[in-house]
Amino acid sequence: MENPRELRYTKEHEWVKIEGDTATMGISDYAQHALTDIVYVELPKEGREFKQFESIAVVESVKSVSDVYAPLSGKVTELNKAVTEKPELVNKEPFTAGWLFRFKAKDLNELNNLMTAEQYDAYLASLKH
Amino acid sequence: MSDVKLIYERSVPGRTSNHITLKVDVPLTEVKQAIPAKYLRKELGLPEVNEVDVIRHYIGLSKLNYGVDNGFYPLGSCTMKYNPKVNDAMAALPGHGLIHPMQPVEMSQGALQLMYELEKDLAEITGMARLTLQPAAGAHGELTGIMTAKKYFEHKGEGVQRNTVLEPDSSHGTNPASANMCGFKVVEVKSNKNGSVDLDDLRAKMSENVAVFMLTNPNTLGLFDPTIEEIAKIVHAKGGLMYCDGANLNANVGIVRPGDLGFDIIQLNLHKTFSTPHGGGGPGSGPVGVKSHLVPFLPKPSVEKVGEKYTLDYNKPHSIGRVKAFQGNYGILSRAYTYIKSLGREGLRKVGENAVLNANYMMARLRKHYHLAYDRVCQHEFVLSDEGMPNGVTTMDIAKRLLDYGFHSPTIYFPLIVHGAIMIEPTETESKQTLDAFIETMVRIHGEAQSNPGLVKGAPHTTFVKRLDAVKAAREPVLRWQPPGK
Repeated sequence: MENPRELRYTKEHEWVKIEGDTATMGISDYAQHALTDIVYVELPKEGREFKQFESIAVVESVKSVSDVYAPLSGKVTELNKAVTEKPELVNKEPFTAGWLFRFKAKDLNELNNLMTAEQYDAYLASLKH
Repeated sequence: MSDVKLIYERSVPGRTSNHITLKVDVPLTEVKQAIPAKYLRKELGLPEVNEVDVIRHYIGLSKLNYGVDNGFYPLGSCTMKYNPKVNDAMAALPGHGLIHPMQPVEMSQGALQLMYELEKDLAEITGMARLTLQPAAGAHGELTGIMTAKKYFEHKGEGVQRNTVLEPDSSHGTNPASANMCGFKVVEVKSNKNGSVDLDDLRAKMSENVAVFMLTNPNTLGLFDPTIEEIAKIVHAKGGLMYCDGANLNANVGIVRPGDLGFDIIQLNLHKTFSTPHGGGGPGSGPVGVKSHLVPFLPKPSVEKVGEKYTLDYNKPHSIGRVKAFQGNYGILSRAYTYIKSLGREGLRKVGENAVLNANYMMARLRKHYHLAYDRVCQHEFVLSDEGMPNGVTTMDIAKRLLDYGFHSPTIYFPLIVHGAIMIEPTETESKQTLDAFIETMVRIHGEAQSNPGLVKGAPHTTFVKRLDAVKAAREPVLRWQPPGK
C-alpha cells in the first residue's frame, strides 16, 4: 500500500492529516503489517491534552501490545468508535477508515518535526536490511 | 477438532456418588436457620457428576497437558527448569503441608524458622539487606518493590517531584504495568546496537523527576549489560533508585550479586530460579529484597528472631503494609528453601554456570542456520529471528512445527525490539543429548521450510488440536461457560 502523499509521518509509524482546524491521526500500513492482526485498540479520552510524541493510545495484536505516539501536540476532539468495535479496520484501511482519533493541533510548526511521504518512504527503505 | 467436553457438559441432573455418612458429635443446625433466606440460592449451577466422571474428565485433560516432566521446554524468560521431586516431598511433610496460617506463632516456630533462614539465604544471594517473602508472583513483587520505592520518596518529601519511572525498550511487559499501577509516568530508554542500555539516552532522560530505573540484567535478549556500574552511577547521581527485575537471575545466581552491581531493589521469581513448579498459572512467589535505606518501607509483618524464638514484627510505622494474606505462598517458600539447601553455595553457582553454558552451546550451533539477533556471548538465553527464512516461513510456523516433534515452543515475538523473535532458554537441567535433539529438529525445520514450506506453514499436524485461530480468540473471546439457552 502506498503511503499517501498528503500525510506527514513519525519515526514510530504514525501519520497525521491536517484539514483546516482539525488533525486526524492513525498508524501507517507498515505499522499495521508489522503488528499483524490487531485485536484491540485503546483510545484516549475526548478532551485529553497531549504533547507531541507523547504515548497516547495502545494497539494490541496477538503478537504484541504497542504504544501509539501523538504526531503533534493538541487536544482530542473525536474518537473513531468504529475501530474500537472492529479493530481489523486498522489492518484493512490504515490510512482511511482505520483512523484512530481527531484532535485540535496546538502548533502546526511541529509538522517540521515529521517526515513527508517521500522522506518516510526512504526511512522505511532504510529499515530493511 | 476433537471433542473435549467441559465438566459442566457432563452433568446429568441428580447424578451423584454415594456419600460416606459420618456421625457428628456436635449439635446440628439447619442451614435455613443459620443463614438468612436472602443469602440462600435455589440453584447453584454446579455440575452433577459422579466420581468416575470426575476422575476420567481430569485424567483425560492431564494427558493433553505438556509440562517440563514430559519433555524439553525452552520457553525463554520463563526458566522452565526441571523441579526436583525432593522439593515437593519436603513441602508435603506434615509440619509444612498441614500447617494452618491461623496457628499462633508459638505453634509455627518451624515455619517461621524456615522463612527466617530463607530470607537470610536470599539476602546473601542477592546482596540485599532484607527481603519480604509475601508477594505471590514476579509481577506482584515488582508492584511491591515500586510501592516500597514510592513510600521511600514520600518519606523524603519527594513524592510529588519523583513522578517518572524509566525502563529500557527491551523490558518485560509487566515492568511498565507495575510502574503505571503505582501512578508513575513511564519513559522508555533506548537500547544501543549491542542490545545494552543506550547511555546517552539514559543521561538525557534521567532527572530529579525520576524515581526508579527498572532494569533486567541480564536483559530480555539474554545479554549482560557491561555498563551496569555506569548506569547505576548515572541514576544515583540524580537521586534515583535502581530496580532489578530478577526474572533472569538464573544466569548469574551464585556468581554475581545484584546488590553489588548497584541495584537498590530486586524482586526474585522463586518459581523460576529456585525451582518450583510453574507454567500452569502458579502458584508463584516473588520476594522483594532491598538495601538498608529502604528496609523500613517493606511490607509487614517481618519474621524476626528474638533470642531462640521466632516472631512476627508488626511494629513498622513506615511499612507499605500487607501485600498478601498471611505469609505469602508458603508451599513455594518451603520448596525454594529445600532447593537452596540441597544445592548449597557451590551447587547454586553451578546452576548459573551451566544455564549459561547450555545457552551458548545452542546459540553457537543454531546461528549457522538461523539469524542471530545480537552477536554476543549470551547469558542464560538468546534470541534468534525468522529473518531470511525461506519461502516466507515465519516464527509462528517454526514454533508450531516444533510441537509436531514433541517439543514445547520457545518464547516467540518477544522481546519486541527483535522482529520475529525466537527466544530460547534451555536452563541448566537439560542434558547435551536433549539440547542436540532440539538443535537437530530446528535444523530439520529449516530444511523443511526450503523443501516443503506447506508442511511447516500448516503445522502442527500431530497434536490433539491443530493450529488455533488466535485472532478470533482475541477478538471474540468466550470467557466462561454459559448454560444452553441462557
